[in-house]
Amino acid sequence: MTETPAGQAADGPLLDSPRMAGSRSGKKRTSKRTPGKGASSRAKGAAGKTAASTKPSTKATAESMAAKQRDISVSEFFAKNRHLLGFDNPRKALLTAVKEAVDNALDACEEAGILPDITVVIEDLAEVPDDKPRKGKKAKADDAPAKKKGPASSSRYRLTVVDNGPGIVKKQVEHIFGRLLYGSKFHRLKMSRGQQGIGISAAGMYGLITTGRPMMIQTRPDRKKKAHHIELAINTKTNRAEVTQDIETDNFPQQELRALTAGTRALAAQGEFLSPVVYPTGTSVTIELEGRYQKGRGSVDEFLELTAIANPHARIVFVPPSKVSADEVDESGELLAPVEGAAPAPQKADETAVTSEQDGVVIFPRAVEELPPETQEIMPHPKGLELGILLQMLKETVAEKPEITLAKFMTERLSRVSAPSASKLCKQIGLTARTRAADVDHAAAEKLFNAFQDVDLPAPPTDCLAPIGVQQLLRGMFKGVRAEFFAASSRSPQIYRGRPFLIEAAIAFGGELKGDDAARVIRFANRVPLLFQQSACSSFKAVTETKWKNYDLQQPRGGLPVGPLVIMLHMASVWVPFTSESKEAIADYDEIRKEMKLALMECGRKLGTYLRKRQKMKRESQRRDVFERYIGEIAKAISAINETDTQKLYDALLAQAQQKTAIADQILDDEGKRIREQDADDEGVIIVETGVTARASSSLRTQDNDDSDDADTSPARKTKKKRIVKKKVRRGSTSTSKDSQLFE
Amino acid sequence: MAKRTTKKTTTKKTASRAKSAASADRDKKTQAKIVALADEIAKRAFSKKEPQLEIPTRSRSNTNWNKRKGILEMGENTSTRQLFDLKTAKQFMQTCLHASTIKDLIGADKTSSLRGVFYKAKHTVAGTKENTFDTQQESDPILEDLEVALGALREELHIFAENRGSMVGNITIVDKGDEIDCRRMGSGGYALPSIVEPDVIQFKKCEADFVLHVEKGTVWNRFNEDRFWEKNNCILTHGAGQPPRGCRRLLQRLNQELKLPIICVLDCDPWGHYIYSVIKQGSISLAFESTRLAIPQAKFLGIRAKDYKACGLDEAVKIDLTDTDIKRANDIAAYPWFEAKKHWQKEIHLMLDNGFKMEVESLITKDISYVTETYVPERLAAKDWLD
Repeated sequence: MTETPAGQAADGPLLDSPRMAGSRSGKKRTSKRTPGKGASSRAKGAAGKTAASTKPSTKATAESMAAKQRDISVSEFFAKNRHLLGFDNPRKALLTAVKEAVDNALDACEEAGILPDITVVIEDLAEVPDDKPRKGKKAKADDAPAKKKGPASSSRYRLTVVDNGPGIVKKQVEHIFGRLLYGSKFHRLKMSRGQQGIGISAAGMYGLITTGRPMMIQTRPDRKKKAHHIELAINTKTNRAEVTQDIETDNFPQQELRALTAGTRALAAQGEFLSPVVYPTGTSVTIELEGRYQKGRGSVDEFLELTAIANPHARIVFVPPSKVSADEVDESGELLAPVEGAAPAPQKADETAVTSEQDGVVIFPRAVEELPPETQEIMPHPKGLELGILLQMLKETVAEKPEITLAKFMTERLSRVSAPSASKLCKQIGLTARTRAADVDHAAAEKLFNAFQDVDLPAPPTDCLAPIGVQQLLRGMFKGVRAEFFAASSRSPQIYRGRPFLIEAAIAFGGELKGDDAARVIRFANRVPLLFQQSACSSFKAVTETKWKNYDLQQPRGGLPVGPLVIMLHMASVWVPFTSESKEAIADYDEIRKEMKLALMECGRKLGTYLRKRQKMKRESQRRDVFERYIGEIAKAISAINETDTQKLYDALLAQAQQKTAIADQILDDEGKRIREQDADDEGVIIVETGVTARASSSLRTQDNDDSDDADTSPARKTKKKRIVKKKVRRGSTSTSKDSQLFE
Repeated sequence: MAKRTTKKTTTKKTASRAKSAASADRDKKTQAKIVALADEIAKRAFSKKEPQLEIPTRSRSNTNWNKRKGILEMGENTSTRQLFDLKTAKQFMQTCLHASTIKDLIGADKTSSLRGVFYKAKHTVAGTKENTFDTQQESDPILEDLEVALGALREELHIFAENRGSMVGNITIVDKGDEIDCRRMGSGGYALPSIVEPDVIQFKKCEADFVLHVEKGTVWNRFNEDRFWEKNNCILTHGAGQPPRGCRRLLQRLNQELKLPIICVLDCDPWGHYIYSVIKQGSISLAFESTRLAIPQAKFLGIRAKDYKACGLDEAVKIDLTDTDIKRANDIAAYPWFEAKKHWQKEIHLMLDNGFKMEVESLITKDISYVTETYVPERLAAKDWLD
């Protein structure tokens, strides 16, 4: 992009502002932005123009060129550059559309203080556009045998995302969904998902380009009134929506969706699927688009699964299409291993909630009842300013309030500068607190900038950050990952370039995870999963740089640790530094990587303790098992030889064995298998008794065929034992020494 | 060598399939030993002492060289096998299982192969996925342990090994009452059973002057096909490599009872040397049986390290000594029973100097029957052998 259309520059340059969806709460659009960004973008535009005009040309004159210079429609630009915005290929396009819709839905619910309940439905559509109502299509989707397609082929889907958010005022609908570059989240220093992706309107436009079908929005902001049903198409020339239909309807959430498949019918009958009770208000977005549905890495399934992990307060129901696009299905299946036949998730948060699947409908239940804390918008911190930005801020502030003093500027426009420290800073650079900001010249500003670097200021406020939290992380991981051990840590906020951020990590180990492969790293930024460009991401580097061997795990040099392990890293920040516009990897700042490593080490230590403890436990129980089991054999053999009473001999030997392993009893409980757990606390560890889980799920598999609808078929959840452990095992300092004396 | 007939056959009754009084008596003794072992374990269990078994150690460190008798003997060291010790718990259990199996065998007056006993005792430990025995390699040493612990021989435990090795020659024997003329054994020969005690096998008629023991079946076939035993009036045996107990015991009986010299034709490599050593003074792991198995008078005829030059062999017969071979050769040279023998030291060092080993088959490069028609007869005539 060599030119920046002037009209768009006001909204922010396209490359820098992929966030185009408006705030759904109907809030007035605020185009607040950091002056620095504006400055740099303006500079960029200027540079571009300079380059164009100074380029010597033999034939064209400045005038003749000027005649050709004209506005480029956002839409035209988008049509040519869809890869920049996440629509590289049909598969990713489908994912991006889901992602935008779900991110918006979550943001909307959270801003309104509603616990999110989100339903994602993807329907197969025939190759040929079909104007008949949904019923006909439904039959087709159910009955038509899956068409064999080449791996490159794509097909048409209808994506519907329904949330129980606050709904959207009718007047705003066409702006939010019908215009690109309409939004406000980009420039403010506030933590939101909004940084991600490119906006629901772009997804709608993609749908329009590929299928010619308008976007359909249903929204009910007031539970007592009817919902609006609006269909709109973006005019690619004018970047304005053209509303093709605008009616009022009672059909929200759409009844047709409930009858879509056997699974949805069954769920709806139980009131678990798009129940009007759960969705009194809300918004539903429907887009028809060309896409490709496949499972595996980078799929819609993975995105939703990871979203569920990072957002344990949300309940997400996913109805996937009835067929998969290509023949080959990459079954990563590592995380997404639903308990077949498990009971549908209750509406109420369940501590032991796990992902389940029922007749093809995937349910990610709500694991916690609390919404994440609301975040505050903050001012830039002096330590993170650059000289140019400081100058720009001064200029803009003076333009607004010509009489403002430098001290006032610092206390008002920067964060964490108190009046005393402001006057101290002024004195330090040879000015007084009364000096007007307008009188600060370049040299003085530079002095001030240098003074900022040395001055002792409190860290930026951290109420702008909403950590997921240790308990929520554990719950989220527990519901999504079939492991036996979970640990999580949430670091305190830190600063990079004057911007607060915080790192959270969680690991899941063992259980049903595969043991031979490299660990799986799942990455999040502001609760949004990052699915691509893993190796370019700071978090990936942090994982490989962590010395997992210290925690009894294998790790090839410079690689990911190997073992049944899932590693989760979350960065929450008012500004997540991405490596590129595609927003798929976090840039590698030393401060960030260091925090990530510290968080990982915290989890690693917990895992290491657990593994060593388990190792020891295994030895102890093995010792006991060995003795007890051999005793039976020996008693039988001896009594066969000399006719001693088998039982008496067995008892005598068992008594001895128990005396010998009395020390082991302190560590093993009655079942002889598990560590004795102590009072629950916030240490950040969940341990699942693996044997029980395995048995329960295997017995489930046999039941599954008979009646998977039965609400009571969830022995897995009942028998699964989970505890949150403080200090997991009492360290038997005496026992270890005695132990070795007795047996080694 | 003077011709000799079987002056001295066994004193035992021949052709008696019924259990002899002697063997019944022997079985009773063995059973009593097993019961004593079990009683000791039970007694310790009831008196709250740790159950344990004392097993004589079968290792080089517990093997003594009896220079006067010229055989290896087992020392006095024992190791304790305890139940409440993770390292020995399983072996303890296995020993008990085998003891019980053996008592059953004796009680039923049946015999079983080593593999049979392994299967008899192999099962899954109750409540686990663990097997009492996983492989026969695990089972066989336990039985040898029991032999030494009980002070009873394998046949006394009613256990036998697979038949291994063959015999042919100017001798008639009686095996479990069946008369066997070893002159008429065709190309296969008489398969040597693992139990060749006098109550099973008796020597009836023997005209042979000596026994020629060769290392393996292929060489034995050459000698048999050339009717070497007929031409040289001898008995021809092989032990399929390291000779099993049955073969060694039979050679020893031929040597002791019929006074036949035992002449060995083995490969010129450390393995061949060790086979000779085992035949002559017994093995380390079975040192407790040396009095029944060792033949201190056995002679080593070849192949000798000098034969490459002496016979003018082809370059192709050389097989390079590996590092393991060299180490093994040095070990053998350092055994006390080789250490004092200058000609053996010379032999081993000549082989090491040559840097190669030779198999008996290497003589075939001269002529297919060179070994039977020229090499062995010449050496025998010259009494050119190592002792």
